[in-house]
Amino acid sequence: MKTYLPNRFIVERDPARCIQCEVCVNQCSFDVNYRDADEDEVRSREENCVGCHRCVLFCPTRALNIRRTPLDYRENANWRPEIIEDIIRQAESGGILLTGMGTDKAHPIYWDRLVLNASQVTNPSIDPLREPMELRTYLGRKPDSLTVEPGSLALKTKLAPQVAIEVPILFSALSYGAVSINVHKSLARAATEMGTLFNTGEGGLHRKLYKYGANTICQVASGRFGVHPDYLNVGRILEIKIGQGAKPGIGGHLPGEKVSAEVAATRMIPKGTDALSPAPQHDIYSIEDLAQLISALKEATNYTKPVSVKIAAVHNAAAIASGIARAGADIIALDGIRGATGAAPKIIRDNVGIPIELAIAAVDTRLRQEGIRNQVSLIAAGGIRNSGDVIKAIALGADAVYIGTAALVALGCTVCQQCHTGKCAWGICTSDLRLTKRINPDIGAQRLVNLLRGWSLEIKEMLGGMGVNALESLRGNRLHLRGVGLTDTELEILGVKMAGA
Amino acid sequence: MTGKEPTSPAVTARDSVQIDAAGLTTQQLNDLLRRAVADGIKKIELRNVCGQRYIGTDLGQPVEIDIYGTPGNDLGSFMDGPRIRVHGNAQDGCGNTMNHGEIVVYGHAGDITGLSARDGKIFVRDYVGYRAAIHMKEYQERKPALVIGGTAQDFLGEYMAGGTVIVLGMELKPGEKHRARFIGTGMHGGAIYLRGEVEKYQLGKEVGVKELDDNDRAALGSLVGEFARHFSYEAEALLQGKFIKLVPLYLRPYGRLYAYG
Ligand code: SF4
Ligand code: SF4
Repeated sequence: MKTYLPNRFIVERDPARCIQCEVCVNQCSFDVNYRDADEDEVRSREENCVGCHRCVLFCPTRALNIRRTPLDYRENANWRPEIIEDIIRQAESGGILLTGMGTDKAHPIYWDRLVLNASQVTNPSIDPLREPMELRTYLGRKPDSLTVEPGSLALKTKLAPQVAIEVPILFSALSYGAVSINVHKSLARAATEMGTLFNTGEGGLHRKLYKYGANTICQVASGRFGVHPDYLNVGRILEIKIGQGAKPGIGGHLPGEKVSAEVAATRMIPKGTDALSPAPQHDIYSIEDLAQLISALKEATNYTKPVSVKIAAVHNAAAIASGIARAGADIIALDGIRGATGAAPKIIRDNVGIPIELAIAAVDTRLRQEGIRNQVSLIAAGGIRNSGDVIKAIALGADAVYIGTAALVALGCTVCQQCHTGKCAWGICTSDLRLTKRINPDIGAQRLVNLLRGWSLEIKEMLGGMGVNALESLRGNRLHLRGVGLTDTELEILGVKMAGA
Repeated sequence: MTGKEPTSPAVTARDSVQIDAAGLTTQQLNDLLRRAVADGIKKIELRNVCGQRYIGTDLGQPVEIDIYGTPGNDLGSFMDGPRIRVHGNAQDGCGNTMNHGEIVVYGHAGDITGLSARDGKIFVRDYVGYRAAIHMKEYQERKPALVIGGTAQDFLGEYMAGGTVIVLGMELKPGEKHRARFIGTGMHGGAIYLRGEVEKYQLGKEVGVKELDDNDRAALGSLVGEFARHFSYEAEALLQGKFIKLVPLYLRPYGRLYAYG
């Protein structure tokens, strides 16, 4: 069928700079650049270009530039180019449109409408270069009250397992199979060096990475891939994945092409078969069932690890979170509508779920009202872009945040949204061995450590500016936030005052 | 449930104990089991079990456990090695995500029996509930098996990715059909052997019906033989009558679902 899809990008090659070295030919995994044998010249099949910039940055003479094709349709606010082209794509394929990464739609980003406070005159700000700043966070269920031995002051209350993290930022679930082993290695090493945790996602943990167990969250999802006693015991935290912000309510299909021998060994399924994760976990149809799986995991690990439950932020997130806390979870991970994915139906990614900012506020408020906020730690995910977002999430009521996209960008990702194709030219979201080599775990870990270090320094500066010397004092302290350009209802749900008030 | 203070298990032989589970909470009972196994106990008899969950889950040893009474949900979930005999019925989630070992139920079992099991064997003398063997999978030499003497309910073998399920249909009266619907929906690996009749509409869209070949008959014979030994049946008799084999039609049932943009 002749395609009616126009090209999306123009590959500009400056003939004065191009030295015909073919680096762009080798770097492009989308079959764009090639040497034309007749003309003996490097050319481009622009119709295949996805705008990932791999060629641009690896061209030794910087001869390349990628531009959006300037092809204009007649102006129409309703029938925008993307909408027209999606219809064409479906008319030519008859399938569900798949995509990668988080939504690119202009859902309101409340982080950008929230501003932070700082001390002026009436209370001094604190200089983090001079005074200690405490970012350490303990994840896990906190008791309702503490009893201590009179005299010795030894703690008598038996605490549920707690996991200390030195920065309030964890790496979000990225399954091995969706991302490559070198990405997992980079994340594991960076988490270890920074005293935080990375999350295996639902594809199990490669045996080679078991040595990073103390910094690993092991996920258990509906496919139960790679879930066995060693896996459950090696991690620091277990996480039951109910949902994901990019695709609430649906499962996942990892295509057989991505199930290489190593991925198969880790997931414990035959090589080349599709790894199908059903939409629900079929042993969880209710809060009572969830309580049962939480307890089963605790029994399976002899009550040594906190159990987290990850849900997509949806309309009734607050009530659901209350149920999760009461079901015995130690941690709730909330993933908002801007959360990313290795592959999801575009229509779901762009239309289902609620923004994470509203979800954090709603859940924190509800758990406080019910007097059970102490029973769980709250990890917020889905669209955390910088340290400003982190600190605002914590002021709204989160204990810590997960970052996924930001971590991948640190590794080279340009958010080209082609993760579902398995051809990621940056070697991140692929299991093609030729491409996965593009991530060097030493360099990858270094880039991630640098990012976390930068963000922690910024968080300390902002905390100091507010006159606060421990993150603990900011947690859920919404008085440090003000809203700009928000309606009364939005302010009410966020639990913040209008700037100026 | 607070439960009573657990009493020490009665040591019945050098490496076997009897535990009275009456009034114990799930956690207390599993704690006793963990300790017994840590002490090198190889055979455990549990008396008066009444609803305690997750029995056998983290023992990680080939211990033998005889359960008298009714164990609760998730019996042997994530289990890696133990051999459990239930002298009574099992409830929901029996063998959930089981890694290795054996569960023999001298009665019936509830919903999601063998969910996501990766290895090990489950033998249920009577019937099982809904969604049995859902998402059962196999990997290399690990091949789980679920043998059901009676019949099963809807969604048997849904999303099944490997392993073997056998349904013997012993409870069916002459002329009576299996009742389960949506059998093998989304199935993409493994095999279901079914004795007794089913109509086409009872099968998921992703399964096909095949006649048994010699390999199938060998596999069936060996598992049915084990089943017969556990429950003192004549294997010969159980193998009589017509079996059909349900197999996935596609290795990638949902491969054509998507468009890449
Ligand atoms: S490497 Fe990326 S940006 Fe360059 S031509 Fe290929 S698809 Fe386009
Ligand atoms: S992970 Fe790779 S394919 Fe996915 S958005 Fe980033 S660069 Fe593109």
